[in-house]
Formats: sequence, structure tokens, C-alpha cells
Amino acid sequence: MLRALKLEPEKCTGCLQCEMACSYENEGVFNPAKSRIKVFTFHQEGRFAPYTCTQCEEAWCLHSCPVEAIVINADTGAKEVLDNVCVGCKVCTIACPFGTVNYNQDSGKVMKCDLCGGDPWCAKACPTGAITYVDVDNTGLDRMRAWAQQSPARPASHVEPRPKEIATYSRAQ
Amino acid sequence: MHHIIIGAGPTGVVAAETLRKLDAGSRITIIGDEPEAPYSRMAIPYLLIDQIDASGTHLRKGDGHYANHNIEVRQDRVTRVQSERKSVSLQSGADVSYDKLLIATGSRSVSPPVPGIDSPGVHACWTLQDARDIMQRAQAGARVVLMGAGFIGSIILEALATRGTDLTVVEMEDRMVPRMMNAVAGGLIKAWCENKGVKVLTSTQVEVIDAGQPLTVRLNNGNALAADLVIAATGVQPNVDFLEGSGIRTDYGVLVDTQLATSATDVYAAGDVAQGLDFSTGQYTVQAIQPTAADHGRIVASNMAGRTQTHRGNLNMNVLDTLGLVSSSFGAWMGVEGGDSAELLDAARFRYLNLQFEDDRLVGASSLGLTEHVGVIRGLIQTRVRLREWKQKLMQDPTRIMEAYLANTLAIGHNAGVV
Repeated sequence: MLRALKLEPEKCTGCLQCEMACSYENEGVFNPAKSRIKVFTFHQEGRFAPYTCTQCEEAWCLHSCPVEAIVINADTGAKEVLDNVCVGCKVCTIACPFGTVNYNQDSGKVMKCDLCGGDPWCAKACPTGAITYVDVDNTGLDRMRAWAQQSPARPASHVEPRPKEIATYSRAQ
Repeated sequence: MHHIIIGAGPTGVVAAETLRKLDAGSRITIIGDEPEAPYSRMAIPYLLIDQIDASGTHLRKGDGHYANHNIEVRQDRVTRVQSERKSVSLQSGADVSYDKLLIATGSRSVSPPVPGIDSPGVHACWTLQDARDIMQRAQAGARVVLMGAGFIGSIILEALATRGTDLTVVEMEDRMVPRMMNAVAGGLIKAWCENKGVKVLTSTQVEVIDAGQPLTVRLNNGNALAADLVIAATGVQPNVDFLEGSGIRTDYGVLVDTQLATSATDVYAAGDVAQGLDFSTGQYTVQAIQPTAADHGRIVASNMAGRTQTHRGNLNMNVLDTLGLVSSSFGAWMGVEGGDSAELLDAARFRYLNLQFEDDRLVGASSLGLTEHVGVIRGLIQTRVRLREWKQKLMQDPTRIMEAYLANTLAIGHNAGVV
């Protein structure tokens, strides 16, 4: 059974332990700027949202890579960046519609969540259970993936966009 | 079923692999005219600085990848398409018949109409062979004139500077990357490059190149530059010439519908050569970007295999690194009529972010110095998500794009009934 990170914003207190653990385990430094998981702060609402790659089925990053530097780990399902193949072109950073692939200027490579090979440190570091590593069925991930798959179509639960004039090319022309 | 794919770039390779999955028993032939394994032009700048060797540019790394997938890669050039007889003529002499044909011939660099452009020591930077020629001449201290500071010129600029050349960039328009950046951002990129020791001449044209060692590059401002190497990166153009007389309709690129089918039965076109649907404008244009090439490849293969997939339009977008300054642009970055915009400029730190809205939706953006979560701009534009109160927040602080996305898509903010 594949497992995935379950992120529950309502349980997050914004302590940033996950960012510390992630950057330390993956980059060797306690530096939130080098973390692959990020906690976003909503001051007015008094809320926090931990956020990282959902390892989406669409794998926009993987498909946009011109040199096959992003591959699927068959054991974990994670999309992993091969540092020795990545040339640092950054196309994946604009292709990922979730904004979860970042360019690391120090290494000249991109970085993204790889689930720490199946034992994610962010989940182990989270003191409130806002980040857990659970069976895929239990993550609400389907909803997020549905979101991923329908773009570039219209999003769910939002008002229909104004119709756009599209000059359709017809073969009969 | 014989699928013939003309072109061994990203579109051709992605299409062939997708076809292999969807149409397991079919015969698949890729015909490419370069004497190389299928490779990515995107990787050439990294070859120029010896970060990778030629194999590092290859689209697929595994030994025998194509043979293992029963995909034949043939080095030849298609000179004619007979869509009535469903066959293609090869330069080597043979005619090969197809059941479905994919035109994925990409584009080629175009020489500017400058006298002396064919002189020895003047090169395009488009193919692997071009890159090898350039590396021979672009030694440390060599005087290099780079014609064109568009996307391609700017992406190889860093490699040339890193090789220690004495580099001068000549751009006809008033700023760098004029089709990706506005005057503010394009001007900042120029200032950044000049700070790093690269000479950048904008609103300047090369009039004549005199052959010799060194070459003499005469400019329209009356000056002349001595050069050991001239690189022409003034533009590319879709490879459609061989389709003349084939009955396949072309405009700038090959005309396609929303299945990426051309005007001829069982002939498709995709990637840089195809004039496909643009997500932002609703018009059919050649985008010539890697993500579009790969998307086209997958969609067209599905249609060729008989599984109809409609192309809903690709978002035009680009990311560029000029000597460490990362810039990106998305969709309608220049704005739309009646839309609003938000701009954040910190010229001293070379940071810039420009967001363009239509109603309360993000429709375009451009940035300098933004490397964190930049992809979410695509997410916001392409999901057409209504930003509601977050539009105002972004107008005040455009850097909060990620929060705007999360607040409108996750169970926080108004989605949780809190706001």
C-alpha cells in the first residue's frame, strides 16, 4: 500500500519544526529556506498551512524535464530529482502548478519533496499531528489530485469563468 | 499500424513512448536528421560550460532505451509528404508508408539578413554541432559578439561569460528578452549583466560582418567590434518548408485543431512546429517551449492511438537564468484590456514581481529574483480560480501568491468558513 503525507492545516501551530527537520535531513542545515515543506501563515485568520508536493499523478515536473532528471521511486511513489542528471534549467519549477519544486541557487539544482525515501522527517518532527504519513486512501489526496488533473480545465466549486472567444481552426476551412 | 514521427526532439520522443503504451502492437518509427541520439537543446548551455557531456543532453539516458521500447530511431531527412498516398520520401531515396503521421520537426535558427553572416567564425547556437563549434572558439579571453538577447541569446549568455570570454551582446530592441519581460524587468536584466562585466548594447544592430581573423562586426551606431567568434541568436522559425505542395495547411507553423490534427487525414502536428491553442489568448500560435512540447507529445499520441483527447490550450511561460538572476513570465504578462495589475519593484536587489488580473483572476505575471514556489503562478492562472478578497491582498503584496492559492483551494480561510 502506497503511503502519502497527510497535511491538516487545522492542527498546525506554525512551529516550523517540519521545516527545520526537512532542511537538516536533506540539506544538512537548519534553514527553513532550504526546506521542501513550507508552512504558510495566515495572520488575520490565525491559521497556518503546511504544504509540500502531493506526488501528484500528473507529475507535471517529471513530464516537463528535458533531460529525464525526475523519476518515480517505485517503492514510495515519490517523484525524485536525480541531482547528477539535473542541469538546473528550472523548467519544472514553472511547470509544477502547485509551486512545490524550487530552485536551489547554492547547488544549481532543483529540489522537491522525495518523502525521505519512505520515512519523512517532517511527519516525525511534527508535534501536533498536522503532518502524518499514512495510507494513501486516508489523505484526502484524491481531492488534491483531482484538482491537479482538471487543470487546465475549470476548477471545481468555483464560478464559471466568463466565456472566452476561441478562434477554432476547422479542417473544412 | 505504422506510426511515423518526423522529428527526434522532446515532442517526438514523448509521443513515441506514449504511443508504445497505448498502441502496444504498433510499429513506431522516429525519423530525425541530426547525427545524434535524441537530445534536448535546452541542455546545450550546460554542455557549453562542461557541466555535462553530450550524453547529459540526451532525452533518455538508459542504454538501448528506444530498442527496448521497440521504437525505431532512423537518421534521415523527410523531403516530402504524400498525404494522399500516405507516404513520406526520404533524402536517402526510399519512400516509407505510414498509417498515422506526426510532424514534430520543431524549429531551426534563422540567419539574420546581414552581409557576411556566412563568414567562418559565425555560428548559430541551436544544434549539438553548433555547440561543439562554439566551444572550440569560445576559449577564455576570446572576443565574442552575441547577436540577439532574446530567450535563446540570454540563456547562452551565461555559458559564454562563464567560459571567460570577452562578451558583447548586441540586441536590436530596446531591452533584453523583449518578448518575455517589460521595460522595467528587461532593463534590470541588462543592468545585472553589465554589473557582471558583460557589455550589452540594446537598440543596436549589426550591419555588416567582415570576414577575417579577427572578424569585424560593424554596428549601426558607427562602431566596429573585433571578434574571434560571432554567435547569431536572432530567432528561430518552424520547420515547415518540406510540407510545400503536400496539401497540409500551414501558416507560421502547421495548422492544427484541438486534437492536434492537421488538414490532411491521419496527419498530426505537435510541439514547436505546431500552431496550437494558447490558453491565455484563445488564439492558435507557435509557443516553442518545453512544457508545451511535452504536453503536445502526450496528447497527440493519444489521438493517434484512437483515444480522443482534446487539447485545451497551453499556457505560454518561460524561465531564464542570466548570470544568476532568475526571471520568469507567464500567460498575459503584459496585461489584458480592462484588467488590473500589481507591481513590486526593488531595483537595488534586482527583485521584481508583476501580476496581471482580469476581474479577480490572475491571468499573467512576470518576475525577477523569484525562485520559491514560482510554479503556483501557473496553478493560479490555469485553474482560473477566483481570488475574491485575495485579489486585494495581492494588489497590496504580490509576493503572497502561494497564500492566495492555498486560501482558495485548501480548507483554510473562506473554504473552512472562517472568513
